[in-house]
Formats: sequence, structure tokens, C-alpha cells
Amino acid sequence: MTAPRHLIVPALAVLALLLLPLGLTPYTTDLVLKIMVLAIFALSLELLVGMTGLVSLGHAAFFGIGAYMVVVASPEWEAGNLAVVIAAGVGAAAGYALVVGALSLRTQGVYFIMVTLAFAQMAYFLFHDTQLFGGSDGIFLNVRPVLGPLDTGDKGQMYYGVVGALAFTYALLALLRRSRFGHALAGIRVNEQRMRAAGFNTYFYKLAAFVIAGALAGLAGTLLAIKDGMVNPELLSWHESGAVLLMIILGGLGHLRGAVLGAAAFTLLKELYATPGLVGDFLASHWQLTLGFTIIAFVALLPKGLIGLFERLRGAKP
Amino acid sequence: MSTSNAAVPLLACENLTRRFGGLAAVQNVSLALHPQQLHAVIGTNGAGKSTLINMLSGEMPPSEGRVLLGGLDISGWPQHRRARAGLGRSYQRTTVFPEFSVFENCRLAAQAAHARPWAFWERADTCAISGPIAQRALKAAGLADVATVRSGTLSHGQKRQLEIAMCLATEPRVLLLDEPLAGMGSEETERMLQLLARLKQHHAVLLVEHDMDAVFRVADCITVMVNGQVIASDTPEAIRANPEVQTAYLGEDQTAPAGVEQPH
Repeated sequence: MTAPRHLIVPALAVLALLLLPLGLTPYTTDLVLKIMVLAIFALSLELLVGMTGLVSLGHAAFFGIGAYMVVVASPEWEAGNLAVVIAAGVGAAAGYALVVGALSLRTQGVYFIMVTLAFAQMAYFLFHDTQLFGGSDGIFLNVRPVLGPLDTGDKGQMYYGVVGALAFTYALLALLRRSRFGHALAGIRVNEQRMRAAGFNTYFYKLAAFVIAGALAGLAGTLLAIKDGMVNPELLSWHESGAVLLMIILGGLGHLRGAVLGAAAFTLLKELYATPGLVGDFLASHWQLTLGFTIIAFVALLPKGLIGLFERLRGAKP
Repeated sequence: MSTSNAAVPLLACENLTRRFGGLAAVQNVSLALHPQQLHAVIGTNGAGKSTLINMLSGEMPPSEGRVLLGGLDISGWPQHRRARAGLGRSYQRTTVFPEFSVFENCRLAAQAAHARPWAFWERADTCAISGPIAQRALKAAGLADVATVRSGTLSHGQKRQLEIAMCLATEPRVLLLDEPLAGMGSEETERMLQLLARLKQHHAVLLVEHDMDAVFRVADCITVMVNGQVIASDTPEAIRANPEVQTAYLGEDQTAPAGVEQPH
């Protein structure tokens, strides 16, 4: 059986993530934490783009809504209930995904891209222009949520909690992928018309995928807000939607590992190019330029993403 | 018609019309399909045969008219609902999933009726319901030997067989086959005709086809369409002798199709 062998790499990755904080500086641990949160975000988009063939350019809306709900669901000067906070973040993101999906999935191709973008911009301006949500400055989370003995204000607990959330997301999507639901999504990606002719209500399947992806993006947003202790409207901006799309393309579409690798590569490259000590003051202040060129080079040289690189190396061995 | 005494036809359409702008691609077409009967629709290119199939399968709404399945009006049903109610169709252009295995193509089609999409912890590739149905469909279509092959690598003839196998995997009562013989060699055609003869025993079959020799060999009833309208619908013998059919074909290209007798 190949099943146990399939689990080796993810299991080793979880083990490494669990042991990492022992040997790392607080700064690096925080960077790994950020990568894990973005990996959950990227995985959620992989369900749409890689597994179902739906290219969304508004996925940050669900991420940002999840983040804002942390502050909304927490009392101002006391710790919120972690279960309530996560339920609010995931639930609100899933609810908005249901509305956006129900309307946008009636369109296809480039129109779908534009409609998802439009809905994300609507959400962006709602948070950006409303004083209730802190306007363009965003809002601070004064006290991080707790649940019984669990305290997300504790760096160590937060770290292990996010490792758990990433493992949960990865395992859920891996199960979905091999299930009948996942196979139907793959069929829709290849030939939706043929799926309808076989008797699949493809609209329902796509909507279910859209809502699950929105909910998981909401989970990622919730975790990011707890980690950072603040939220701002840029979390919902189309830059963020574009960045997460780049992550999964960089990692390699069609693979869950690609989404995780892509999130790591994107975040590390961004960090590298924005560090003056490494690339000089001029380049560090124009990190978008170097990052952009790097991504162009990646896409040109590795059309299948970083996953494709590993496959090529494996294939080259005798 | 040979079985016109049967009470309610399995699939029927009444006065189906489809207009594209000013053009009536299909005009006032009525048909009745009975179990264990192969009903062929012939006609020149652009006669409206594919449009007719698209309206029957629910891919395209008719401008006017009704579609009845076992006497029940299904005109407003979307395609996926009609498919689950027993209307299976194959496509003129091969539409298999090239990157999936032959088995997975069929299993996915079989899954439609037994979806249980919420059971995300159950594996699709070892599904106890859709798997055996797919195996049976592959066997019926003569593809059991190539089940594990990637379907994109099949020969053209085998892809056409797979089209039919996928259709069978949905366990339909009615088969709507859009030119299953298109582009096939003589040996492949022979195999497909034997398959059609077998399928007829358990299904009502609507066959849209260009190959006249083949149609006259397997059909129980033939409907001839010209410019979106039915000009004749009868047994193969009667169609062969029908002067209107002969003029329609002769008027188009001055040569009678194989199987249609030259006028004296």
C-alpha cells in the first residue's frame, strides 16, 4: 500500500514544526507561525483553484472577515472565549462565502474572477470606510481570547494551536480530495458539462467547495488576528487575494503540499527582499520589484511550481 | 410504427421547437420512444438532430413544446435531474475525462446516482456502490480489459465505447446517442453495432447517426429530419420506399444515401 508512505512527509513536517521553537529565536518562531497561518489560507484557495478549477480573485475577503470577527466577538478589555471567537470568524466567513458563491457561481471563467473580485472590494470598503470597524487604521485586539486553561496570549500555546489548525486543515482537505466529493470536484474541473450529463448538480458541488474554502480562509484570518493582536482593512484587499493566488501557483497547483510550500516560499522571499541588512537599503525599500521578478522567473522556469522541481529532481535520479 | 400499441412511451416529445433568432433549428418535432426499441433520427448536416438531443437531455431549453418521461412532464427539469431520472446521453464529440483512468471515468458517472457527497471520510476509488456498477458498464461496453488505462491514451473507437460505458454507468432507462459511429473504422463500427443491438434489449435507444447502412441495419423505427422538420417517421422498409425521403436526399446532393433506393 502507498497510503503509509504518503503520510511520511506530512508527519515529519508536523514533527519538525513541533520541535522548531526549541531551537529558534522568537523572531524566527513568529515567522514560522505566520507561514503556517498563510499556509492554511493558501490551502483553502487550493480547494477552489487546484481541486475545482475555480479561479477566485476575492479570497482575501473571507480571510479578512475571519480576522475582524476576532475583535468583534471579543469584549474590549477582557479575554474573549476562544471557541466563540473561532466560531464567529469561521461562521461569518462561511456565511459571506455562501452569498458570494451563490451569486458568482452563476458566471464562468473571467466573469467569475471579476465577480469574486467585486464582492471582495465591497467587503474591503465596508471595513475601510466604516468607523465602527476602525476605518483605515483598523482595530487592536487588547486581550487575546482564552478557553479554559488554553490561553492564546501565551506564545507557546498559540504556536502549538496553529500547528494543530494547519494539520487539521491539511488532513481535512486530503480526505476531501480522495472522497467522492473530491472526485466529483475533479470531474467538474475537467469537464463540467459531462458531469451534468451524468446527473451531478454541479452548482451545488461548486457552492459547497466555495463555502468550505471560505470557512477555512476565515479560520486562517482568525488565527492571524489573534497572532498579530490587530486587524486592518488591508487584510481584505485585492493585493492579499493576489498574494495567496501567487502562493499556490508558486508552490504548484493541484497539490496540497504545493500550497504549503508556496506559502513558505512567498513569505520567506518577501522577508528576505525586505531586509536591508541582506539586500541593501535601496532594494529593501523596493522589495515588490525583486519579488515580482523572482515570481516571473519561477513561473517561467518552473511552470509546475516548486512541487514540479521536486518531481523533476526525483525523475532525474537513475 | 412497429410498437405503437404500447400504452405510454418511455420518452416522448410533443411539438418541440427551438429558435435561434429568426432561424428555427428544430420545428414542431414529436417523437415517441418505447422500451426495447431503437429509434434512429437521420438527416443532413444542420437538420437539427443535435439540437433535438440537447432539448431532450435538458442541455438546452426548448422555445416551445414538451418533453415527457414515462408520461411525466419533465420540460422544466435541469439536465442533472433528468439524468438521474434515467435519461442517459452520449456526445458527438468525445467528452471523456482524459486524465482519469477508464475505470474512474465510469465510476464517476455511476457515482452521480449514489453521491453521498457529505461522507468525506469515505474513499471514492474503493466506493462499494459505484465501483461494481462501473465494472458492469465497462464489461457491457467491452472495455473491461483496459479499465486501468488512462482514458486519454485510448484509440478513437475505444473512446466512443467509453462514452457509451459512461452513459450506461448512470443506469439509464433511455439512451440518447449522438453519432456514436462518427469517425470509426469498419471493424470498430461492426463492434459498436453489436453493442447497440445488445443495448436495445434493456433500453429505449434514440440514435442520431449519419451512417445510413448502419442505421438501416439496427433501427426499428426511423425519423427523417430536413431543415428542422420531420418529413417522415416509419419503419426502415417504409422509409426506404418513401418518395418524399428520396426527393429530400436527392434534392440536396443528387445522390441517394446508401440504403435509400434510387427512384425509378
